[in-house]
This record gives sequence, structure tokens and C-alpha cells, in this order.
Amino acid sequence: MASISPYGKRFISYLRREQIKRLISTKYRVDGRGPEQIRDVDIKIGVVKTADGSAEVRLGKTHVVAGVKVGLGQPFPDAPDEGVLVVSAEVLPHASPYTEVGPPDESAIELARVVDRGIRHCGYVDFKKLVVEGGKAYVLWVDLYVINDDGNLIDAANLAAVAALKNTQLPAVAKDETGIRLDRNNKSPLPVEVSKAPVAVSVGKIGNVLLLDPTFEEELSLEGRITFTFSEDKIVAAQKTLGYFTQAELETALSLALKGRDRLFEALKSVIG
Amino acid sequence: MKKSPVPLLQNGLRADGRAPDQMREVNIAVGVVSNADGSAVVSYGLTTAVAAVYGPREAHPRHLALPDRGIMRVRYHMAPFSTKDERKSPTPSRREIEISKVLREALEPAVVLEQYPRSRIDVFIEILQADGSTRVASLTAASLALADAGIYMRDLVIGVSVGLVENTVVLDLNGLEDQYGEGDLPVGYMPNLKRYTLLQLDGAWTRDKFLEAIGLAVKGAEYVYQKARDALKNKYMSIAEEIYGR
Repeated sequence: MASISPYGKRFISYLRREQIKRLISTKYRVDGRGPEQIRDVDIKIGVVKTADGSAEVRLGKTHVVAGVKVGLGQPFPDAPDEGVLVVSAEVLPHASPYTEVGPPDESAIELARVVDRGIRHCGYVDFKKLVVEGGKAYVLWVDLYVINDDGNLIDAANLAAVAALKNTQLPAVAKDETGIRLDRNNKSPLPVEVSKAPVAVSVGKIGNVLLLDPTFEEELSLEGRITFTFSEDKIVAAQKTLGYFTQAELETALSLALKGRDRLFEALKSVIG
Repeated sequence: MKKSPVPLLQNGLRADGRAPDQMREVNIAVGVVSNADGSAVVSYGLTTAVAAVYGPREAHPRHLALPDRGIMRVRYHMAPFSTKDERKSPTPSRREIEISKVLREALEPAVVLEQYPRSRIDVFIEILQADGSTRVASLTAASLALADAGIYMRDLVIGVSVGLVENTVVLDLNGLEDQYGEGDLPVGYMPNLKRYTLLQLDGAWTRDKFLEAIGLAVKGAEYVYQKARDALKNKYMSIAEEIYGR
């Protein structure tokens, strides 16, 4: 398994890329937004009744569904007093003409791992409360399903995961002669601290312009991209996912991401707050 | 965050006796794999990464070849015996797949791929011994192997990690600090062009601590850069000596 430059797989016509670049140098984008403007955000929770928790996020035309299933398992050996979080992401073949059928590729794995790191240490979910008796713990399986990819999957998937966790009902633990098992007829809400909800904000770079919430075709024109995840006033995760940044660009990107954070956190709070 | 079995910071010194802004011993050698077009071994303390570069060579699979530039293939992999506790399965983990991707994206801005249409450049990185900061040691090794292979480059990319230990910013995390510290921030930096090409972060950082850490990473990268340059020069000096004598 090795990482190969994906340029040949996903591309945009030279003319379209030049158009996007030319327009952005006048601070306008092809869809009429300004550089700091985020597309419409629509978050719905409880959209999948079979899941223990679920949410669906539409960020412009990007559409991500997150489902949480709760299981019982062993805590990690290096954290025996904590529950377990497993985040996976699947970009469905529906999502874009460039997505292939098969196991998650490196960008899906990166997507899942960046969302995971945002949630894991920020205190949004108190994993200490997820230990059950007999050395077992709750396992939160968070599956991110990308149904339509119109860019900025990380920000959308993070919102979906956070909203789905807020929506999650923990099955009670029942004891019988064979040991302990989950009782799905008897559920209680997963304790989460909404004020600590992690919010991921990606910043793209085209020429000398930094912009929020890039669309799919903007992503194919980017010269740099970095994602910051915030919880309260702390940075809890960051990932440079393309190109390079200078010191000045990095600092501007961080300030811009904080602005984006305010907007996305408001959208999140109006649904889960 | 778990409690460390030993204090990570005591009287201003770290568990292994270093000052917060001190690298472990850095050892670099270039041209260590004779069959490869370029190679390097880099160690930061116990952490040891070997990188080998093959290419530019014909791009396979052919449909990935581009008419106007080359493509890169990067593999980061840990040896099964490289970790402290249990044997690591040799199957690539999700972590290794992600690191392969971020390392490729950290190297691509440095390589003049436009020089190599229809070609592929392969970079293989193997961690022989892991004690924290493996991805950044890999990055230094990979960029040196590329330079050793004579690939056109805009700059070297030097990797160093910075972290947060008891709210103090420290340079070059070892395995202990990686596991028990409050934050981890691997950085890839081009020392001449002053550009960041790798940046990942976890833990909890204020804006000020983040910027302080980035500043320390740059200092660390400049220190490693001198050693990297010397290692590259040494290889060619020794070849020159062989040919022309002293």
C-alpha cells in the first residue's frame, strides 16, 4: 500500500481552473461567494431510525450522513478506564464520478482519522463514563457516509459526527447467565458536553487568496489546504492536506478558520444546543 | 490524558535529560542503499528511518501517467520489530496509509515534477526502530534520498516534531512524550523557501502555544538542515576523494 499522486484520477479542465483562479484574484468565487463565505449549512439529527444515533449534514451540495452504532468491547490496553471510539468513513461510489468501488482509499481514511482526532481528546464525549463492569466498555462506532461530494468533506463530516453523537442513545447493559449484553429496549442519552463540541474548518489557498469551504471544483484548483479543528478556544487538531503554507499564510489561515468556526458552531448549536 | 510513569519535565529538564528546545542526537547518512537511485538513513535518538528512491522511471499503472509532469508514489511502513511492545503487524495500518499520504503531500511541493512528464518517482520509507517522531524522521530521510537521486528539487524538506509537555513547548518528542504529552505537532519545513509542507496537530493548543511551537519547529528544522546538508556533501566529498585522491 503506497500513496500515489492522484492528479491523473481527478482533474478539472485547464480553462475552468484558470477561470476560478482569475475570478478569485478579484475576491469573487465561481458560485458568487466571497472568500470567507461558507455555503448554507443544514443539519438534521435522528435521520436513521435503525442507528443508535444519526445525523445528516448538507453543506451546499455536499451531503454526508453519520450513523452511530454502540457496541460492547474491550477498552484499549493503554486506556483501560475509557470507552472506545472508532470512526470510519466511506465515500460512496454515488458521491462523484471519481469515486471507485472498493475499500476506503487514503483520502477516506484521512477524513475519518482527522474527524476522530477532533472528537477524541477535546472532552466533548466523556469516555470515562463509558466503562461498564467486567472490564468491558462501550464502543462507539461512528460511520461517516459521503453521499454527494461537492467539496469540503472534512468540515461536513465532522459536523455530522458531532451531531450524531449528540443524538446517540446508549443501550443499557443487561446481565444474564451468558455474561453481559446490550439491551436496546432500554436506552439513555450519551452524555456529551455541547460547549466543547469540536468544529473542523478547512482553509484553501488559491494564488494569494485564502478561502473557506471550497467546493469540489475549487478543491481541484487549490494550491494549499489546511484544516483546523477547534474546541472552545483551543486548537485540538490540524492537518495540512495539500500544498504548502508560509508563516504569514498560516497565521491568516488560522484567523480565517476561527471566523468559520463561529459560523459552523452556531449552525451546530441551533440543532444540538 | 494518561499519567506518565516518570515525570516528563523536572527542574526544566525532560525525562531523558534534554532541555525543552533540544533535539536528540541526530545522525544522517546518504547513499546507504547501493541499488537505489538515492537513499538516506536518518535517526533522531533511537528513531531510525531508511528511505530509498527509485526513479524517475516509467509510470505504472500507465493510466496514472501525466503528459505534463511526473507523479510520486510514497510508502511509509514500520518494521514489525520496530515497536516497543507487541509485534506490529506488517499489513499497512490506517495510520501508515494516512502517513504515506501526508508525506507524499509534504514532498510534492519540493519536487519539480514538471521536469518528469510521464514518469513516476518512488519513495520507500521503512521505520526500523520507533521512539516517537517517526513521520518527521521519515520526511527528512525521504527528501535527502530524493536529493541523493539527483531529482530536481526546490529545497529540502526537513521534518521535526514539537509537542506540549506540562504546558511547555518541547522539540523532538520521544515515544514517552508522544504517548503521555498533551499535544503533538509534526512539522515539515523548507528552510530556504520558508514554507510549511507538513503540519498535523493533536492535543489541545492555544493560538499562542501553537505559534510558539511552530517557531521552535523552525529552529529545530534549521539545526537538522545543517546536518542534512553536511551528510549530502560528505557523500560526494568521499567519492571525489576516491577518484582524485587527497
